[in-house]
Amino acid sequence: MSNPANLKYTASHEWIRSEADGTISIGITQHAQELLGDMVFVENPAVGRKLKAKEECAVVESVKAAADVYAPVAGEVTAVNSELDSAPEKINADPYAAWMFKMKPASAADVAALMDAAAYQAVVDSEAH
Amino acid sequence: MLIFERSHPGRRNAAQAPHHAAAAGGPSTGLRTGIPAALLRQDRPLLPEASEMDVVRHYTRLSQKNFSIDTHFYPLGSCTMKYNPRACNTLAMLPNFLARHPLAPESTGQGVLACLYDLQEILKDVTGMAGVSLMPMAGAQGEFAGIAMIRAYHDMRGDTARSEIIVPDAAHGTNPATAVMCGYTVKEIPTGANGDVDLDALRAATGPQTAGLMLTNPSTLGVFEKRITDIQKVIHDAGGLLYYDGANLNAILGKVKPGDMGFDVIHMNLHKTFSTPHGGGGPGAGAVGVAQRLLPFLPLPVVAKLPSPAGGESAARGAKPAGGEGINNEVFRYLTEKDLPQSIGHLSAFSGNIGILLRAYVYARMLGAEGMHRVAEFATLNANYLMAELYKAGFTVAFPQRRASHEFIISMKPLKDATGISAMDVAKRLLDKGYHPPTTYFPMLVPECLLIEPTETESKETLDGFVAALKEIRDEAHATPELVKGAPHTMPVRRLDDVKAARELDLTWKTPTSTAPV
Ligand SMILES: Cc1ncc(COP(=O)(O)O)c(C=O)c1O
Repeated sequence: MSNPANLKYTASHEWIRSEADGTISIGITQHAQELLGDMVFVENPAVGRKLKAKEECAVVESVKAAADVYAPVAGEVTAVNSELDSAPEKINADPYAAWMFKMKPASAADVAALMDAAAYQAVVDSEAH
Repeated sequence: MLIFERSHPGRRNAAQAPHHAAAAGGPSTGLRTGIPAALLRQDRPLLPEASEMDVVRHYTRLSQKNFSIDTHFYPLGSCTMKYNPRACNTLAMLPNFLARHPLAPESTGQGVLACLYDLQEILKDVTGMAGVSLMPMAGAQGEFAGIAMIRAYHDMRGDTARSEIIVPDAAHGTNPATAVMCGYTVKEIPTGANGDVDLDALRAATGPQTAGLMLTNPSTLGVFEKRITDIQKVIHDAGGLLYYDGANLNAILGKVKPGDMGFDVIHMNLHKTFSTPHGGGGPGAGAVGVAQRLLPFLPLPVVAKLPSPAGGESAARGAKPAGGEGINNEVFRYLTEKDLPQSIGHLSAFSGNIGILLRAYVYARMLGAEGMHRVAEFATLNANYLMAELYKAGFTVAFPQRRASHEFIISMKPLKDATGISAMDVAKRLLDKGYHPPTTYFPMLVPECLLIEPTETESKETLDGFVAALKEIRDEAHATPELVKGAPHTMPVRRLDDVKAARELDLTWKTPTSTAPV
């Protein structure tokens, strides 16, 4: 599965999709879910929580490990995907459909400045040592 | 199969129960306990009912299913599954150790206190620390004690703005968890390509907010942090303290002292380095050692040796058996809050896992200082031999340019890419070949990793056999991948559904309602 070209990415393996209503949806990438393996638990931030860029705000836990998920940009949490509470495996099945939470970014420019798919792929390749 | 599933209502050992209890139809009838009637339970507890023979057979069969260091090579990285000498067991089980009540007076327990005192001294000596407390009952509890002491130290000095503990990304999960439990935020720093801490990242992460750094050396990647002197300087210059995670002490035992590397506080997993049974075989012991400035904060109780105040008197009484009032005119006693008012306190009801501490003590005495050197030398030799053989056999060693410490990592990524067989599949197949698998998927930095720690107690033949088994599995992965994917085939249980187990954790036996005893 390749990384969709219409998304933005972070070096900490989150994907970001800009929605029509001005919010962004955030999930973890194919590479991240592959490394972590079968998900058993997802903890999302509270709706309304104000986040700084790169702030730890969610946790994904798999059989192998627990990993923090970081806010890609500053902003406020507007929604969380509560389906993942009972079905965390959706992240394994299709990481780009299984969004975790949505944010209203403080600045659209911050989102535009994030990595594109090609830049993210370079990060993934460089990690494989 | 649980013992509950062997239960039959009313089945018990009437023949062996005391006569009056058997006659009364059960042990709880007619007991005068002094407990107010309102507080007595109305229902019988849900206990299995089985005959003595049922119980013996049940547990003997379970023990026969065990995959253990007594039956198999067990190269579980980071866990130091070395042979547990029988002598340690035998001596720790001497009747007077076993029968001693924890509330018995210290005057009648001078022998056990002397052993614990000696163990404290031995551990101080081999790690270069100024004081030791044996009380923590696991490595993780030792970490908790250590970071609590760091916190107490900063607080005592009024240095309360320090809010962060730095932890490398290769660390064991208990490190960041400990920091959080002690009220700190965790600052994670990356590892460089050669496996060492990224010193620039460490410098950038360190500042007036730094309470300390938690470091495992050799690290969980199986390499010795070469720049430990620089690392300790960065932290100490910023006013932070250095915590040593001693999980990998086996690699350097008697060779390098954490105290000399500049560590302020350490834990030692006695169940690893000092060879007490663990991993399903017994509880742990996570003794902590501290540098001078942390001495006042040690967890209680600590054993002290004092000159016998009543040496003359007790000699005069004459009739006292030797050992009743101290040994050689010395008295051992537990220090309390009165002696160490700044202590972080007690971590257990009595004196830690004392049976484990006694085993560790016997082990340390059997080795002596000379033997401890040999432990480190042979642990390292075995790891490097195994790593070299696997490298020659074409396996992907994570840090081939580095000498292994007492453990090393191979990655199954190339095999997975070629055949779809993962590190977990290989691990399960190893069981069929008579080997306990190495640690899998830890540390997470290396994809599809196996962390392999042979320990010093294994022979060359065993190591060669393990290499041969891995080669066979690699061949099977290409020729008959279903065989590997379906492994284990020869164990009492097949592949467990660990995803389901984690998602639907269920640890409580529930009696089927129809047979619930009343
Ligand atoms: C590197 C490391 N640190 C800490 C611990 C925690 O020790 P324990 O399991 O005794 O609590 C372990 C344990 O397995 C470890 O491997």
